Amino acid sequence: MTFQKKYIFAAAAILFGALAPFIINPYELSLLGRFLALSILAMGIMLTWGEAGILSLGQGVFFGLGGYALAMHLKLEGLNLANGDMPDFMVWSGVSALPGFWYPFANPYFSLACVVIVPGAFAAAFSWLVFRRRVGGVYFALITQALALAFSTLLISQQAYTGGFNGLTDYSTMFGIDITTEYAARYIYWITFLFVVAVYFFLRWLLASRYGVMLRATRDGENRVRFLGHDPVPYKVVAFGIAGALAGIGGALFTLHAGVVSPALVGVVPSIEMVVWVAVGGRNILWGAIAGTLLVNFAKDQISSAFPSLWLYGLGALFILAVSFLPAGIAGLFRPGSGEERVMRRILSRRKLSTAE
Amino acid sequence: MHESAFLLGQVFNGFSVASLFILAALGLALSFGLMRVINMAHGEMLMLGGYLAYMTLQIVPGPLGILVAMPVAFVGAGIVGGFLEFAVIHRLSARPLDTLLATWGVSLVLQQAARNMFGAIGVEVTAPTWLNHTVSIHSGFLSGLDLPDTRIFILIVAAIVLGLIAALLNKTRLGLYVRAVNQDRPTAAAMGVNARLIDLAVFALGTGVAGLAGVILALLGPVTPTVGQSYIVPAFLVVILGGLGSLVGTTIASLIIGLFTALIEIFVDVSVAQVLLLVFVILFIQIRPQGVITVRTRALEG
Repeated sequence: MTFQKKYIFAAAAILFGALAPFIINPYELSLLGRFLALSILAMGIMLTWGEAGILSLGQGVFFGLGGYALAMHLKLEGLNLANGDMPDFMVWSGVSALPGFWYPFANPYFSLACVVIVPGAFAAAFSWLVFRRRVGGVYFALITQALALAFSTLLISQQAYTGGFNGLTDYSTMFGIDITTEYAARYIYWITFLFVVAVYFFLRWLLASRYGVMLRATRDGENRVRFLGHDPVPYKVVAFGIAGALAGIGGALFTLHAGVVSPALVGVVPSIEMVVWVAVGGRNILWGAIAGTLLVNFAKDQISSAFPSLWLYGLGALFILAVSFLPAGIAGLFRPGSGEERVMRRILSRRKLSTAE
Repeated sequence: MHESAFLLGQVFNGFSVASLFILAALGLALSFGLMRVINMAHGEMLMLGGYLAYMTLQIVPGPLGILVAMPVAFVGAGIVGGFLEFAVIHRLSARPLDTLLATWGVSLVLQQAARNMFGAIGVEVTAPTWLNHTVSIHSGFLSGLDLPDTRIFILIVAAIVLGLIAALLNKTRLGLYVRAVNQDRPTAAAMGVNARLIDLAVFALGTGVAGLAGVILALLGPVTPTVGQSYIVPAFLVVILGGLGSLVGTTIASLIIGLFTALIEIFVDVSVAQVLLLVFVILFIQIRPQGVITVRTRALEG
């Protein structure tokens, strides 16, 4: 792809994204909005997995934290708390009074701050605890998977406080505005789209900065970074924290689009599915993460409604094929000089193995 | 029920859960020591063992069917595991994280295949009558303690398997090769050890043991397409706690996790126990990031 072509494609994509509500029908718009929300999370995975070499199989946890933080507010909106009102599911579970930790979420600004801060801070703290003892790689992936399992079972079992298996659903207003109308759906879409564009350019800037260079250096030779006198831990923790915050934002926007957040979206299987979006799209290329998310999810939507069992075979095959034969993803095919790139990568990965031994 | 009997019952439960973890994690730990890769489809080897037990009991009913099912499951899961190593894992072993994802794909395919063949609800394997008893203690300070035969059976099987693997690793030539490759692959290869074949053999052995564990799982509950998933995450944690490819480490780590889970469940429910287990693991690696058993090595990157 030549230099100019690249900009024409980018401009066309942004133009289509901005005008989508006028081009496609409301159902397709709702899907596109959801998947764009997911692609914010996917860009976070690209940052940690592709650029920092940290594979997380628990991004669903941070997605869930963001989604639940917003959903808790949406459940409280319109209730008269002073009067002892409670969300419907708590009444059904026989809870006598609203639990204390729910109260602050009645404030929309507190909720919106939590959407970013809670998953971001939790991700940073969690990863710091692991990375500071130089535990990483496969171990980290397995620990994050255990985290996803623990989080989803906890959500399911604490029915009275979290809505259990059904999650939190059935909201109507935010800031006093009805969010269920088609008109509101457009605005939610535009907000999502703005976030996608903003996050894209933020990460582009971040990865081009000195921080990005250090992050890639940490990925390619963590010990060499140490020998040169740098501590790699803060770089990795910041990357994981940003990815957590992005997952939280994606989760909140997804909740707005889908009208539901539930443990089924945050457990082990959905968490690892998130990685495959990035694997298919291209783990080292930012637009690949977005393209992969849209592609895999639209394919899932089409295939799983027609042939439910076929989808799981397809997803399994996608995992195997994408990492075996297309490690740079679809975006890697468009990269200039991708042939040489691939040969270099192969040599490097071989060498890495022999030094590791 | 007597307080001490209840506590001892939980400890016994912990040991029997731990012995399942040992059988499930052994193959993971051994292959991880050799190749630094984790097979995410390992849980499906448990499932495969369970279904093989079910099918064997269809053909060989009667009290001794379960004893026939165990070697069948061992060999069956071993063959599937060997093929998986040859077809997927060996190709990707230079990239451990990608191996993780590819084998997860294999696990999805195997689960769905089981769902299509046997249905999503699961099949029952009835324990033979000689395993239907419960050892009950009626007198003394342990009165009220019940020890189901199946749980005792699990302990015995795990002990035998552990003993056999330890003998294999420490007393045979194959075991010598395995230890050699584990310590220093290039040097072992230079001395004429076929490291490639050792990888394959250990992997097949490990999945075979997982298949065997699947037979035992089938005695405890229905075999479903996702039966392996509930045991595999604790097994991964066992690998993390155990240290690199160490048999002793894996055993100790299994006991720690089994006993921790069983004892904590006295006080909190299962889901909170899971969270506490994770907290425990994270605290543990703050103290011993290399796991319970540290293999002395001069390598910089473990």
